[in-house]
Amino acid sequence: MSSEAMAAERPNYLNATTGLKSWLLTLDHKRIGILYLLGVSAFFVLGGIFAMLIRLELVTPAGDLVQPDAYNRLFTSHGVLMVFFFLIPAIPGVLGNFLIPIMIGTKDLAFPRLNLLSWYLFMAGGTMALGGIIAGGVDTGWTFYTPYSSTYTMTAVIPVGLGVFVNGFSGILTGLNFMVTIHRMRAPGMTWFRLPLFVWSHYATSLIQVLGTPVLAITLVLLVFERAFHIGVFDPTRGGDPVFFQHLFWFYSHPAVYIMILPSMAVISELIAAFARKRIFGYHAVAFASIGIAVLGFLVWGHHMFVSGQSVYAGTAFSLLTMLVAIPSAIKVFNWSFTLYQGSVSFQTPMLYALGFIGLFMIGGLTGVFLGTLGFDVHVHDTYFVVAHFHYVMVGGTIMGYLGGLHYWWPKITGKLYPEFWGKISALLVFVGFNLTFFPQFLLGYMGMPRRYHAYPEEWQVLNVLSSAGASILGLGFVLPVLYFAWSLKKGPLAGRNPWGARGLEWETDSPPPTLNFDEPPVMNHEVYPYADGEPGSTSGMKPASAH
Amino acid sequence: MNFKIPFVPEQASTMARDVDQLTFFLVGMAVFFTVLIAVMVLYFALRYRRRAADQVGSSFDHSTLLEVTWTVIPLLIVLFTFGWGAKVYFRLYRPPADAVQYYVTGKQWMWKAQHPTGQREINELHVPVGQPTRLLMTSEDVIHSFFVPAFRTKADVVPGRYTSLWFTPTKPGRYHLFCTEYCGAEHSRMIGWVTVQEPEEHQRWLASVPVQTAPAVAGGELYARLACGNCHREEPGLAGPPLHGLFGREVELADGRTVRADEQYLRESILRPGAKVVAGYQPVMPSYQSQVTEENVLALIDYIKSLEGVAR
Repeated sequence: MSSEAMAAERPNYLNATTGLKSWLLTLDHKRIGILYLLGVSAFFVLGGIFAMLIRLELVTPAGDLVQPDAYNRLFTSHGVLMVFFFLIPAIPGVLGNFLIPIMIGTKDLAFPRLNLLSWYLFMAGGTMALGGIIAGGVDTGWTFYTPYSSTYTMTAVIPVGLGVFVNGFSGILTGLNFMVTIHRMRAPGMTWFRLPLFVWSHYATSLIQVLGTPVLAITLVLLVFERAFHIGVFDPTRGGDPVFFQHLFWFYSHPAVYIMILPSMAVISELIAAFARKRIFGYHAVAFASIGIAVLGFLVWGHHMFVSGQSVYAGTAFSLLTMLVAIPSAIKVFNWSFTLYQGSVSFQTPMLYALGFIGLFMIGGLTGVFLGTLGFDVHVHDTYFVVAHFHYVMVGGTIMGYLGGLHYWWPKITGKLYPEFWGKISALLVFVGFNLTFFPQFLLGYMGMPRRYHAYPEEWQVLNVLSSAGASILGLGFVLPVLYFAWSLKKGPLAGRNPWGARGLEWETDSPPPTLNFDEPPVMNHEVYPYADGEPGSTSGMKPASAH
Repeated sequence: MNFKIPFVPEQASTMARDVDQLTFFLVGMAVFFTVLIAVMVLYFALRYRRRAADQVGSSFDHSTLLEVTWTVIPLLIVLFTFGWGAKVYFRLYRPPADAVQYYVTGKQWMWKAQHPTGQREINELHVPVGQPTRLLMTSEDVIHSFFVPAFRTKADVVPGRYTSLWFTPTKPGRYHLFCTEYCGAEHSRMIGWVTVQEPEEHQRWLASVPVQTAPAVAGGELYARLACGNCHREEPGLAGPPLHGLFGREVELADGRTVRADEQYLRESILRPGAKVVAGYQPVMPSYQSQVTEENVLALIDYIKSLEGVAR
């Protein structure tokens, strides 16, 4: 028997126990990561189908493919599923769960049972929301603005709202679990400043989840009570204030944007270090930038309300604070870019996603500065400019990071290599398709096309057709990985411990890792990303690049 | 200027050029940083591409000077951007003192407008070129938003309160009006046109529309019908404070606060009289919530504004 085959048969977390029950009742953070992978993928496929139908409707100016009611349900379902059940849980649930304990050198999260409960809450919330979408549909937009959502719509706001409410607890518990784990369970020698930046960024994410999500929960309870019992907090005919809902909603939902983007930044830091074989430039600045984004993120919610009738002075304060968030983001982009300087750069699929992320996140972030600029926002508020901006951040940022991370750690998670050629093709399709889909929307927005419109004036058809054409390329780019990842499970070559020549504790254990992650508890006796000093732990005798 | 910049809508108000100039600055900044980063990333990635399988990067991993530079320069740029944006914003939401006031009511799914001279329109608004125009807006149901791309301005139209928006049209023509706050099934059909006319043409248009009661007059009729004057008259000892000369004045409240008697305050006092009781009076006024529409309230306010004199 060859040594490779022997290695494959060593006990690991996948073959340690078998049967459906061993998965559904597992307390292993790696298996729970796989459960999340299945869950978020299902919601992503559904949300993606809704998106394709939206783009299909918008090929022609007349609202002719579906009725207005159906269209409103489509964009609402797309938003609710993608935001709450894909973007927020995807990277922490799948990659965070799988990697944080391994990266800090321990055997599991601090509270394994709580971790399993998080997954069940996520699935329960998702099922409730989906039930509401199927049974009655919901047509409020993912933002649930009152008084439309509380008094006027006849659709299933309550089940969908409760689904999002239940799912919120999944996020709170996961955040809590990550924070306690990072504080209490680091391996000997794993000091705070030896933590991979992946862990720092997830710590910042957890902070927001624990502090912000309860406010969403309160908001949704008030909405449900308003709808069911007419308590009058948001209803102006009872002395309530509908704009108060927007304050509460965005107090959570703006930080939630950072819940979605910080984990992606976490992934990008790891990818750049691994594929430039260099310590991330300005490690401390990048680590603190994550915390800075998390803290500042709580102070900018009012920038969603520049045209809501809020006082111009409040608008001014929120604009100033919004500008400040740009700084930690800019620091990250500059530091990632400069990491390549004197690096040893290779261009495998994960790196293509990382480089793509830098470009798209730049545009998403800069247009965020546009929107934070008061005099500009008034014109483009609630137009396709905003739609394009947040898709550049959410798809160009979060999904690029998620896919890059999935490719990078796929060999670790499954023990198999995916086909590199097809990986590169998919990265290219996603990048091209994405830009073709969303760049025209910036132009449409500036020309004045409002978002959430089922029909639009004829002069905007060309740009809309381009956008829909891009969406089909983007869709193809997303389908490819599903096919070759599935193929690699059966036929992919064995990965070995460290196929990339990367540094980090996760590359010092088997692929897939044993149930307890390491044969012997690891000790961290060197700095993080120690590419330049070639200390023990590297797979082969790597040497510094010749001086340039 | 007659040439058309692609993807920039018609500039048809005094603010349009100001907003577009801000946009060009923002685009310039974005292009500068995107090109800078793209060139840096591509150059480094190719220049330092891996040439041997076992090659690793150098140990050059921080530089305080560089990091301070790329923290401080973007900070200065965004602060400058903030200042410019705030300047434009204050102008966008501060109507000139001589603006002519129109009333706009949004409801699912139409825009209703009323001219100061009484003409009513639905999903249309005719205004003369060059006239500073202020819209005082409210909603009868959910939140809507009044957006005219050619004027580069918009404001949400919120039930339970007044919001306003102003523009001075600079070019005759027909311009899109959109509802930009999602408001239910027919949201994308809550659209219309703002027609900007030469002054003489506008006068002819006004004359051609069937004459209707001006809001202040309609408000006076309603005031009489609802018998508001039984309590609100210029006589001492009545249950309600007199309303003459009230508009725009500071009012002392029973709880010690003072408020300015603006449209918002008058509206609240008609619909929820208990919310702000004037000092020296008892909270005895009933709510007129169920007896008046939003348009009635606007008419009543217009009538109260027309009452001159010095209230005690």
